[in-house]
Amino acid sequence: MGQILTTGAVLPLVILIAALALGGYFLARGRALASAQGDSRNLHSLPSYYGYNAVMSVAVPALLVLSIWLLVQPMLVQSSVVEMIPAGAVPEGSSVNLLMSDVRRLADGLDAAVSAGVISAEDAADLSAAGDLRAWLAEQGVAIGGDISPEVLGAAQAFREMTARGNFWRNIIVALIALAGLLIVLRETDAEFRARNRVESGIKALLILAASLAILTTVGIVLSMLFETINFFNLHPWTDFFFGSSWAPNFRGDSDLSILPLLWGTLYISFIALLVAVPIGLFAAIYLSEYAGPKVRATAKPLLEILAGIPTIVYGLFALLTVGPALVRLFGRGEEGILGVEWMSGATSVLTAGLVMGIMLIPFVSSLSDDIINAVPQSLRDGSFGLGATHSETIRQVVIPAALPGIVGAVLLAASRAIGETMIVVLGAGAIARISGNPLEAMTTITTRIVSQLTGDSDFASPETLVAFALGLTLFVLTLGLNVLALYIVRKYREQYE
Amino acid sequence: MSDIPNPAAPIADPRGASLLVQDGRTKRRNAAEDRFKLYGIVAITIGLLMLLTLLFTIVSRGTGAFQQTFVTLSVPLLEDKLDKNGNRDLEEIKKVSTFGYAPLLKAAFETKIEETGIETELKSKAMADILSKDAAAQLRDHVLANPELIGSVVEFEFLTNSRVDGYLKGRVTRESIANDKNISAEQLDLVDALVADGSLAKRFNLDFITGADASDARPEAAGMGVAMIGSFAMMLVVLVLALPIGVAASIYLEEFAPKNWITDVIEVNISNLAAVPSIVFGILGLAVFINYMHLPNSAPLVGGLVLTLMTLPTIIISTRASLKSVPPSIRDAALGVGASKMQSVFHHVLPLAAPGILTGTIIGLAQALGETAPLLLIGMVGFIASNPPESIAEGLMSPNSAMPAQIYEWAKRADPAFYERAWGGIIILLVFLISMNAIAVLLRRRFERRW
Repeated sequence: MGQILTTGAVLPLVILIAALALGGYFLARGRALASAQGDSRNLHSLPSYYGYNAVMSVAVPALLVLSIWLLVQPMLVQSSVVEMIPAGAVPEGSSVNLLMSDVRRLADGLDAAVSAGVISAEDAADLSAAGDLRAWLAEQGVAIGGDISPEVLGAAQAFREMTARGNFWRNIIVALIALAGLLIVLRETDAEFRARNRVESGIKALLILAASLAILTTVGIVLSMLFETINFFNLHPWTDFFFGSSWAPNFRGDSDLSILPLLWGTLYISFIALLVAVPIGLFAAIYLSEYAGPKVRATAKPLLEILAGIPTIVYGLFALLTVGPALVRLFGRGEEGILGVEWMSGATSVLTAGLVMGIMLIPFVSSLSDDIINAVPQSLRDGSFGLGATHSETIRQVVIPAALPGIVGAVLLAASRAIGETMIVVLGAGAIARISGNPLEAMTTITTRIVSQLTGDSDFASPETLVAFALGLTLFVLTLGLNVLALYIVRKYREQYE
Repeated sequence: MSDIPNPAAPIADPRGASLLVQDGRTKRRNAAEDRFKLYGIVAITIGLLMLLTLLFTIVSRGTGAFQQTFVTLSVPLLEDKLDKNGNRDLEEIKKVSTFGYAPLLKAAFETKIEETGIETELKSKAMADILSKDAAAQLRDHVLANPELIGSVVEFEFLTNSRVDGYLKGRVTRESIANDKNISAEQLDLVDALVADGSLAKRFNLDFITGADASDARPEAAGMGVAMIGSFAMMLVVLVLALPIGVAASIYLEEFAPKNWITDVIEVNISNLAAVPSIVFGILGLAVFINYMHLPNSAPLVGGLVLTLMTLPTIIISTRASLKSVPPSIRDAALGVGASKMQSVFHHVLPLAAPGILTGTIIGLAQALGETAPLLLIGMVGFIASNPPESIAEGLMSPNSAMPAQIYEWAKRADPAFYERAWGGIIILLVFLISMNAIAVLLRRRFERRW
């Protein structure tokens, strides 16, 4: 019995709630019908609404409490166990976090051993830190990193005990809430009860909850990066981050972590990408919206848009394995190369990444500009034609100036895409942080560094890892600014012609 | 403006003698017109050419991955090597490691040379080296599955190593192996002889599609299968979470939301989230789901959650568009016969908007399927995804890769044999994306209603 009540598994509890809710559905429905003498015309709402109301009253508060409990309990247990570990117990070169993961693993291992029936629950609580405990656990299929010190064992026991106590109260309280919900709803159910209004306002609350998830996500993004960024600035001077001149992370400490070389690489690559994408995209849009017949338009437009649907990893591979080597053949290899020059040494360079990113952005620029050019009223064109202008003169002197704000908005949106793009630069731009004007050199970008600082075994207490969050926040602010500006310009322009 | 004749000048026809002959200025203007038009055509041609180059590169470099070179050998499964006690006890057979199988492979090569009469100066060890490092494990798995075969001689198709495979595919040439210690010219002579004999050949390799990833030294054994399962698990999470939440949010915003600043904030938020770089979602996932909630690293569940947040704006935007396209007369009619606002939405508007919602969802899923950057941050790369999960729960919680992450992983390994597999992986990924988009287009054609 104690075993059942202290279990950490959520499934039995959820099944219990579901059973109560299902029972509530039929009980409430029957009760409403009975109070209306079995004639549903005497009811305020359709009979099923009384049932749904019961389901809602049983399940929603219980599940809400359950999920909050699931989030909060581990944090409370963790923090009180951490307090129990004396500072001297943390071995040299380790951290409390690492020790805590050992504690948690040991506790899980003991739980597994108990549930497998290898030892009884009482024995598990009384285990002493004998030297062979680690080997014994390994035999049970539980791997522990370091040797088990008495402190770790004690903490693990406390961890297990507190978790069990928490689970016990959780199970009881949640079950009681569900039961109380059932009793209350049965008491208020009768023919006069406005069940439909209750159910509908419940559904509406659910809809509002879903809609506000967007806000929650944004808040989550900002907060998660903000806290770690503050941590970073506590460890590393912010002046070096924003105004320093070199990027040289060093995991033994004392690194130069300045965003400027990365920002330079990012902007340089984006600039080249826009240099490719804007003319091609713009002219394609002009041709498609002004000259092309319906047939050409119907084939060329979707074909161009395929470019936007191709995953960026494909472009990355294309840059690394096709465009890069082709550029090396052209600009590198000395005498053997096509131009006979030795300007480029490796396949990764600003030009490689920029060109490929430009290809990716073509449909982005073209379909946005296409929409904007189409929104220019026909009367403006007709006026220009009437004055004797040729088609191209009309486009250059009337349509484009009228559409210019929108086109600028489209270019800004494309620029924000280019700055935030990751896979192409990870594979195509290289890993050397420098500020140089030569497009044939490898440079690195903000997104590439985020990936390299956060992948692999990272310790979330070192500035070398935390800098990724500061970079991420900078990137977020940068792209957000561009997007807001672009949307503002586009919206302002649309109003002009509506 | 300069076309206005100067009244002081003598009145003469500025165009010259005939309307049918163009004067210089008109010619210039018409030439400019043609040039301008040409720029547009050139731009579109460049765009389409890029698409063509990209697709051609993918297909020409990737199709090789679907073929693999196999060599057929007759292997004597000697009883004294594999089952010393002769009692066919599976536990005892399992004790023989792959090293125990290597001599059998050497012996098999020696018999092959005798049978075919190929002349070579290679030692049997060097001969066996043209096989994949996976060959012994292949044989062992086969024996463990069929212990009754011990004692007999079986015909078996072995993977060759990636250099031999590259030689048959033209990637490796006799010049290029000068400094390669993995293969020698004599071994290639043997390969040529075996090809002439017919026992070494390329054939379709299903294992590339269904198999698991393999370590750095065995590119010939690597496959996409496990990563594919990882991708499916993530898509399941995205579908289960993003569709209901997205539809609920759109219904609220489109049908119920009052016009006030809170609604405005939500709407601005959604349109901004759609443009947030995907790597930022990866940082969010790392910070919230892994560091804060302690969900397992590299798990498809976490990947699915991150992709859900990323896909939500797409689904919300398309769902709102299809809700908007249901005419108000439908709502009015429902309200007119006494339905509540909620009933009119759920009983009438939503079913009519369903095809549009479905189309938008599929396109959102396709987007999520190809996304790589956030997966790098939550750790779905950098290991060998070699064990297919055994249950759905394990498929969600145990570390796995995903298709694009697997492609990235292969691209990083800097071995031409893995590059080939990366391109092949892209073909598989694109097949999925194209079919999803085709389904979306078909759905739209089939069910779209114009009111």
